[in-house]
This record gives sequence, C-alpha cells and structure tokens, in this order.
Amino acid sequence: MSAAAEVAQVAQSAIDDFNAAYGLCLDDDRLEQWPNLFVDDCLYQVIARENVDNGLPAAVMYCDSRAMLVDRVVALRKANVFPEHFNRHLIGRAVITGVEGDQVSAEASYVVFQTRNDGETRIYNAGKYVDRFDLSGGTVRLKSRTCIYDTLRIATLLATPI
Amino acid sequence: MNAKTMPVAAGSEPNAVDYAVYHSQAIFTAEQENIFRGQTWCYLGLEAELANSGDFRSTHVGNTPVVVTRATDGTIHAWVNRCAHKGATVCRSLRGNQADGAFVCVYHQWAYDATGALVGVPFRRGMKGVGGYQADFDPAEHSLERLRVESFAGMVFGTFSPAIAPLEDFLGPVMRKYISRVFQRPVKVLGYARQFMAGNWKLYSENSRDSYHGALLHLFYPTFGIYRQSQESAGELSEEGFHNVFTVSKPKGDVDYGSFGDEANREMQGEAKLQDERLLAFRPEIADDVGLHIQSIFPSVVVQQIQNTLATRQIVPHGTDRTELVWTYFGYADDDEETTRHRLRNLNLVGPSGLISMEDGEAVELCQQGTIGAEGKRSFVEMGGDDVRQYYAPMGMDENSVRGFWKGYLGLMGNALADLAAEGRA
Ligand code: FES
Ligand SMILES: [Fe+2]
Repeated sequence: MSAAAEVAQVAQSAIDDFNAAYGLCLDDDRLEQWPNLFVDDCLYQVIARENVDNGLPAAVMYCDSRAMLVDRVVALRKANVFPEHFNRHLIGRAVITGVEGDQVSAEASYVVFQTRNDGETRIYNAGKYVDRFDLSGGTVRLKSRTCIYDTLRIATLLATPI
Repeated sequence: MNAKTMPVAAGSEPNAVDYAVYHSQAIFTAEQENIFRGQTWCYLGLEAELANSGDFRSTHVGNTPVVVTRATDGTIHAWVNRCAHKGATVCRSLRGNQADGAFVCVYHQWAYDATGALVGVPFRRGMKGVGGYQADFDPAEHSLERLRVESFAGMVFGTFSPAIAPLEDFLGPVMRKYISRVFQRPVKVLGYARQFMAGNWKLYSENSRDSYHGALLHLFYPTFGIYRQSQESAGELSEEGFHNVFTVSKPKGDVDYGSFGDEANREMQGEAKLQDERLLAFRPEIADDVGLHIQSIFPSVVVQQIQNTLATRQIVPHGTDRTELVWTYFGYADDDEETTRHRLRNLNLVGPSGLISMEDGEAVELCQQGTIGAEGKRSFVEMGGDDVRQYYAPMGMDENSVRGFWKGYLGLMGNALADLAAEGRA
C-alpha cells in the first residue's frame, strides 16, 4: 500500500469515529464539549443548500473562531428560548476528498431527527458536512465544518448546532 | 385616533382582538380576498434578485403562488403561477434565468413570455385536420393572471387591485424615508433562510411590531451583561397605522461606539462574558447612529438593519397555523470581501438561528398553541395606552404599533369579519 493510501485509510476510520462521537456529543446534550472538537482558529457554519448552489455566502450560523462556538453554547444554555427537544444525528460514512499531510478534507451525509414534547419524531434537518480535519498530534479536530442543509425550511428555529 | 372609536368587527378592537382571528379558516380565506388580493401592495422581492433580463423568482402574495420576472426590455412583471389551461404550476423552480424568455407549462406545453402573455399553444389547429381549438380561440384571452408591479428603492411590490393608489402613496412619506435609508446604495443579495412556523401570520406581524418583548423574551444582551439603557429610540407609524418603523441609536454626544463589544466590557454585569466580540461589532455605515431599524410594511414584509445585517423578511401565510418567513439577506454592492465576512458574522444575531431573535419563532407558536379553543376570548394590547399614535418611543414599553396593525387590519377586514360573525362562522 502506498504511503498516501495508508494515510487515507487511517484517516477514514479516524474521521468516521470522530463523526460518530460528534453526533453523540450533541445528541447527549454535552454541548460544552462540542467546541473542543474544533481547533481555535476554526470555521463552523450552517448554510442552506440553495445558497451554496447559487454561490451565496449567507449562513444561519457562522462562527469563525472556537470562541464564537463557546458563545453559542453559553447563549443556548442561558439566553435563548426554543422548543424543548431532543436531536438525533445519523451520519453516513465519510468520503475522503483530499489529503495534504495531516490535513484531510472529507464529506459526509447527515440527518438530524428532532423529537419535541408532543412526542413525535420528525426529520428536522438533512444535508451534508463538508469538512477539513486537522489530524496532527494524534488527535482529530475540525478546522472547518460547513453543514449544507437540504431542508430548505427550518421548522420554528434552529438553536442546537447540527 | 382613539382605538376605542374604531368600528368593532366580530368583537375585535385594536387593543383587544378575538383569538378566533388566528384559527378561523373562514377568516383566513377572507384575508386572502380582502388583504392580500385586496387593497394592498405586497412585497415580491428585490430588483437586485432580477439583475438580468430573463431572471425570475418564485414568490407568494398571501397564499397565492406568484412569479416575478424581468422581461427582455428590462421591465419587471409578476403573474400568478397558474396555467391558464388547467391550472397547473407553470414555473417549477424557486429562481433562475429563462434566457429565451419563455415559461412553458410542462403539462400541455402552453408557453408564456415573461410578461405572462400566452405566446404558444401546441396543436392549436389540431393534427392533420383533427381536433384543435375553434377558429375564434384568442391567445390574448388566455394569458396568465397578471399583477400590477411597482418598485420603490429597489423593493418590488405587486397588487391584484386595479384601483389602489400607486405604491408610493401606499407606503407614505415616512415609510419611504426609512426604506430609502436602508436602500441608500445599490444592494447585493447574500443569501436566504426560510423559517416555517406553526402559527398564524398575524402573530408574526404583531411580533415584528412589538418592541415591548425585545428585552424580555430575547435575553442574549442581558445574559452577556450588555446593557444599553442610554440608547435613544424612536417609533413612527404610517397614517393608517398598519406600517411602522422603530429605530434605536446610540446616545447623542456620547463616546465613540465603534463596538458594542467594548461597551459590553465596560458595563459587564452578566454572569457570562462574550468570548468573541466580533459577533456584535458594529460599523456605522449610514450617516446616522442607528444600530437597529425594524420596519414592518403591511401586510407581508419587514425591512431590517440590525448592526450590519440587512434583510427583508417576507411573510407567507400558507394556512391558519402555517406561516413561512423568507429571509433575504443582503449587503451593499460595493462591499469588499472583509465587509461581507463581517456581515456574515453579524448574521449570527438574526434569522432562524439568531442569537437575539430566534425566540420570535417560538413566541408565535406558543401563542398559536395557547389560543386553541379560545374563540370569543380576547387579547389585551394596552401597554402604553389603548390608542394609536403616529409617534412613540418604543423602548418606553409601548404596544402602540401592534394596535396600529390591528387598526389597519380591522379597517380592511371590518365588513368581512362582521359578515362572517353574522353568519356564525367566525
Ligand atoms: S395545464 Fe398547462 S398546458 Fe395544460
Ligand atoms: Fe423579537
């Protein structure tokens, strides 16, 4: 196996493991841990596919530092009012789209189901992650995650990160 | 005018509205006729979305699907998206460019131009002498249903009414002045967000006019210790009361307010401290000190500037308890990349995930849920009085402009509500 192929294989399982843990971190309501999955100088955004397809940049969440992710979580815990809910992420196997040393690009499909107090579970948000990972230092962290959602209309509001 | 002297319609007054208005299908249907397809101009989109001839955008007027287009001669048109043959949806995309200017219904391929005129019917003479339309079939009589279209400062509006006064009169001088403030320079669209609320459109219309809830429902600022008590606010209503605008500016003669973040640190009293103040940074770019401008144009659009976010919010009523809010975010056409990034960062504050605004979607749904089965009971809209005044100080806790909305609404709906009530249907 070539060196590049070997890196890709290691990255594949590391990223799939990471994504599974990422989903559970959010769904188990361990939001305070969520910013730690990113590097300090990160970019996290949630953006409608209709914008991406038309070359338009506006996102509903746009955080270009880990500090901003922390602010999101604090606001969510202390300030924001939203329907009580559980989210459930299903994240597909990642497709590695580029490897440059320990910097790896990947994409993965996701679906977030949401269950509110009426007890019904609805498909809340479907889309894909377009990611850049930093695999240096034996850890996996996100340099950037763009959640491109197909679900054009957001039900009520979008409070909890995707 | 004292709200109490308004004609009472089905037991509703501007300061006390029968909860049936949020739930009655008969009222919803009457609203489509009397308001959205009646004596109003409804927002269709921005001229900036129709930059080139052939550009189109699907939109709504009330619950009626409408397409707005730019024709080859540069003029803007709007028509109901309903084929004149059997009523099929003609244009099936949200937006795009129809370079050849032809909108073809896929069902039997009737073709319309950008103005809505029927320009082609396949097999009009039949096939090999069999079938076809009668010799007196006149395509001109089978065009798409057209709306009157007018623009102001880059905002495009349409109306079904042949009688209503021009758009500029409908907006009035105060609304025009404030629209021109936001649209001071050519704009470019940055993107869209669509929010779907399980609530009545009027609950959102009240919400966007309700400055009373701002500091009480939206707790982002106090949570991060950002108190801005010294700010000045101003509110104005149009003559009928149904349009309104309110602005909040920095206090006159105060220190430089380049960044609300700095202010947060100076006056921080909340438990939490904002980690990245760029989120809130404000770069005044209009020759005044206004950091918040929220303008509600009856019946279907809100224009906003909050910090450096610019947006229209179009209200699309799909049913008594189904309302879509289409956010169109924009910047100025001459923004450089860094300015755009700054706007994107500020956009965290607004929209369906807005740190200072997401709660509005929840408030609408709570009022919808809470008023189920409450027909005949009435709301209490008396903060700041029970009248409708043209000027007010919204930070001074006043529901003046909510009463203004109802005054205008009841004026347009009065007879319809009374008729429905007489028939026992609302
Ligand atoms: S329904 Fe449109 S052509 Fe027949
Ligand atoms: Fe609000």
